[in-house]
Amino acid sequence: MLPKGLFYHLGQYYMLMGKVFAKPEKHKLFYKQFVKEVSALGLSSLGIIAIISLFMGAVITIQTAYNTENPLLPPYLIGLAARDSILLEFSSTMIALILAGKVGSSIASELGTMRVTEQIDALEIMGVNSAGYLILPKITAAMAFNPFLCLVSMTVGIFGGWLVGTAVGVITTEQYIIGIQYAFEPYYITYSVIKTIVFAFIITSISAYYGYNVEGGSLEVGRSSTRAVVYSSVVILLFNLILTQLLLS
Amino acid sequence: MIQLKNVYKSFGDRTILNDISVTFEKGKTNLIIGQSGSGKTVLLKSIVGLLEIDSGDIIYGDTNFTTSDFLTKKEIRKQIGMLFQGGALFDSSTVEENVGFPLDMFTDMTDEEKLERVNFCLKRVRLENANHLFPSEISGGMKKRVAIARAIALQPKYLFCDEPNSGLDPMTSIIIDNLIKEITEEYEITTIVNTHDMNSVMEIGDKVVFIYKGNKSWEGSKDDIFHSDNETLNDFVFASPLGKKIKSLVRSA
Ligand SMILES: Nc1ncnc2c1ncn2[C@@H]1O[C@H](COP(=O)(O)OP(=O)(O)O)[C@@H](O)[C@H]1O
Ligand SMILES: [Mg+2]
Repeated sequence: MLPKGLFYHLGQYYMLMGKVFAKPEKHKLFYKQFVKEVSALGLSSLGIIAIISLFMGAVITIQTAYNTENPLLPPYLIGLAARDSILLEFSSTMIALILAGKVGSSIASELGTMRVTEQIDALEIMGVNSAGYLILPKITAAMAFNPFLCLVSMTVGIFGGWLVGTAVGVITTEQYIIGIQYAFEPYYITYSVIKTIVFAFIITSISAYYGYNVEGGSLEVGRSSTRAVVYSSVVILLFNLILTQLLLS
Repeated sequence: MIQLKNVYKSFGDRTILNDISVTFEKGKTNLIIGQSGSGKTVLLKSIVGLLEIDSGDIIYGDTNFTTSDFLTKKEIRKQIGMLFQGGALFDSSTVEENVGFPLDMFTDMTDEEKLERVNFCLKRVRLENANHLFPSEISGGMKKRVAIARAIALQPKYLFCDEPNSGLDPMTSIIIDNLIKEITEEYEITTIVNTHDMNSVMEIGDKVVFIYKGNKSWEGSKDDIFHSDNETLNDFVFASPLGKKIKSLVRSA
């Protein structure tokens, strides 16, 4: 489907976003779709985010413990290191990559199916701005809700670190609590939330682009959904680099 | 009334529509017939503006749609109902929500008014007690009915149907065809139907336009169609064994 170059896609993407951010036809309908998308894209990801965060928090804690077996280092460092990994990278970037897989493929296949079954044409024929009606609620819902997922991930991750760290005996509860409070930078949370909002835009808009522009049949829908995940992930990694440089330096 | 003047459309270097000029009349069921791949869908999508034509004019009533600005096009589109080949119902909405969608979008009706209109349209296509079913839960014929109900929800002046009987059995096809014709006459709609089904031509063809390889090869009424000396039209019309039999009967009469 896409033998054309990067600039072609950038141009098409930019034009699609122009349609997406046109003023909604009816605010009541937008709001209804928005609520639906919060539940479809956000709430439904809560479970997987919690499970992954719990395990990652645990693994990070155990690994840090084994890597800092030097008796000169105070044990609370384990809590501190786990906290910072979770706050800085894990709950924003890792979670975004996971959501790119889950949410990205679902957006691309939903819109792709609507395209090939002419549902998007049906909207256009009625005089509806289909891009705005279908895509804007997805982008805004993810940008509004994903920061909450990020905070949940941080909380559960740190909890998982404590739960498993103390269970396997690499750290005591007291030390862990001292660690997670030691030299705490509230800005790290802001930093992660900002990244999460940007990543939410990247995931939803890029996946929507690939889904909305499907040509052909169901095979193409599958392909475009793979592309959506791959390109969202790559762009997330790229922007992670840029944002880290911008926000932390 | 819809008028096409010298419409051209190509994809890359393949010309799909080659100089099509034709008039579709109000209150009539106008049929576009032709083999698969002859360009019927492209023609229909060009008329409604889903595809941009290369040159020519498409005129709705007194308004030149092709040269209209965005807002005028939008106004015309609100007067258009379209029935897509696969129905194109919104998968995640119920029958009632599907039919009510244009009302939600473009009117300020209260919920009761909307429900009343939705039920009226569903009753018009003789589909009752299906309000809360999803498209995946109903048959092909029912989907077509819902699609018609949705297409007429806003009382369109123009109705477009792309292969309304594709995938339907002959009985259901006739019912859907007749429904389209009834609605066309009842509300004085300008209706254009794409089909390759000769049964539809016989059933509802007020005016028939034959497209062959992107050219308008013939136009006339359904009664003229048997007496034409247009070779390609004859090949199309009498393609089936039944058709050949009819041809010999008609010719010998
Ligand atoms: N979007 C498109 N891009 C390129 N070619 C197309 C496109 N849509 C249709 N065509 C070509 O136009 C021709 C006519 O197709 P169509 O109008 O769908 O035929 P039908 O009469 O069966 O409805 C076909 O050869 C098809 O391959
Ligand atoms: Mg077709």
